[in-house]
Amino acid sequence: MKTTAEELYRAVILEHARQPHHCREMDGADRTAVGYNPLCGDRCTVYLQMPDERIEQAAFTNEGCAISTASASIMAQLVEGKTQAEALSLFEQLQRWLTDEAQPSQPPENGSLLFALAGVRDFPMRVKCALLPWKTLDAALNHQRDAVTTE
Amino acid sequence: MCCALNAVYQSNSVLDPNAVFDVERIREDFPILRQQVHGKPLAYLDNAASAQKPQVVIDAMNEVMTSYYSNIHRGVHKLSELSTRGHDEARVKVSAFLNAPDEKQVIFVRNATEGINLVARTWADANLKPGDEILITHMEHHSNIVPWQMACERTGATLKVVPVLDNGELDLDGFDSLLNEKTKLVGVVHVSNALGTINPVEEIIKRAHQQGALVLVDGAQSTPHMRVDVQAMDCDFFVFSGHKVYGPSGVGALYGKREHLEAMPPLFGGGDMITSVSFEKTVYNEIPYKFEAGTPDIIGAIGLGAAIDYLESVGLDAIAAYENELLEYGTAKLADIADVKMIGTAPQKAAILNFVLDCAHPHDIGTILDQDGIAVRTGHHCTEPLMKRFNVPATARASMSFYNTKEEIDRLADGIRKVVRLFR
Repeated sequence: MKTTAEELYRAVILEHARQPHHCREMDGADRTAVGYNPLCGDRCTVYLQMPDERIEQAAFTNEGCAISTASASIMAQLVEGKTQAEALSLFEQLQRWLTDEAQPSQPPENGSLLFALAGVRDFPMRVKCALLPWKTLDAALNHQRDAVTTE
Repeated sequence: MCCALNAVYQSNSVLDPNAVFDVERIREDFPILRQQVHGKPLAYLDNAASAQKPQVVIDAMNEVMTSYYSNIHRGVHKLSELSTRGHDEARVKVSAFLNAPDEKQVIFVRNATEGINLVARTWADANLKPGDEILITHMEHHSNIVPWQMACERTGATLKVVPVLDNGELDLDGFDSLLNEKTKLVGVVHVSNALGTINPVEEIIKRAHQQGALVLVDGAQSTPHMRVDVQAMDCDFFVFSGHKVYGPSGVGALYGKREHLEAMPPLFGGGDMITSVSFEKTVYNEIPYKFEAGTPDIIGAIGLGAAIDYLESVGLDAIAAYENELLEYGTAKLADIADVKMIGTAPQKAAILNFVLDCAHPHDIGTILDQDGIAVRTGHHCTEPLMKRFNVPATARASMSFYNTKEEIDRLADGIRKVVRLFR
């Protein structure tokens, strides 16, 4: 049984989209990157405060749909306190979970939050929206200067 | 094989105000429209991106491949003769479709984009120098922006942009103030894919010619909706794409005035664009072959010819009248929804409803409508500068064809209400 639009936009997604957590510009960020989807025009900026190995604070600004805003909000919450390796590993697991049908229905670690994105798995055209903030995070962590794109 | 399009209008005269456009009869010509999407009947409202194909086009292309396909112009055998004739006839049909004075002034290209690039690479490179200006408009899609930017980079010419008014009309006073003796070419879209605006190209061309500038008209969005006459328009170049006029993708045409085409150097070298080749010197073929190197899209051109026959059989005036009816109906329906903000409300408009909602991003609108079987386009429509002009990152666009119905527009309005309920 495929996910319906109502299930895709489950309440938790709409709450994150209406009132995203960590949605702000950050002065003096240690790491920052811009992500862009040239096909649809979505744009995301990720800011990280990393005085040492761990992400102390994460923030983002986003010009995009409910899915990308909610995904960014969840991402910023989840990566705070993580090391670079832990955050990148979570991104890779999420990417695999969203794009590989053979993956189990349960999301990677911190399941309760990421489960909000479960509906996206049945909407291949929208996976890019959910992954844009995470790809931008990846770029920030890897000190990528040029804007990253989802293409 | 024939179109069998008797009685599209119940009355024979399209001028008869009581004539009723038989859209159900038309829909039978398009097999793709008979399907369900996500369990709902398909309402295809993304025609400005690409249009669906009538059975006669599918049949014509199948017939080439099943009974007479061969390469053209070179073979002496029967199949080559038949394919050559089919391809040549397609050029005659395109020429008549545009009312070109001579089919030799019609060059087959892959699409409108390639037609613009051909002019930018050949005419512009040969004629522009530093200090010259190219004038385009703020409502151009990327295909009529980027080739001219690239030409300016190569030649040192400068790109100028005519502003757009808040309702989506072209600012003709702005046009006049930018047009001068330095302007060498004006590139203008006939109908805007994002706003639906129909531009007054005859007036633009008249004013440009008074300053000695040439005009290229991008007809990708006008050719499906209205009768085009390149001689009456007096444009120097006109481009359009096959896939938007119910033909196949991968084929389109560039029309040009004879004196320009003959003076322009070829773009690509190869077979068919030459009359003789030696290692010392090559003599180029006459127009249009000079611009058609290599084996062309033979099947595509014949499919395009069939699409033009089909459009003519329905009647472009009847199409324009019915689509205008759909536009008025849709405009009123969407005006009933308080949250809808229309982008593009020019008085002269093609059947395009381009809108945003405060509560939901266009992608979210698009996904929810899709679940109801309604296909609309969401995003920047390859007009990023125009989106910035209207201060929106993207829009949702329902673009209508003569096979769409008022009932489908009702479903669109219901779908938008559903989005508002979910997101507000």
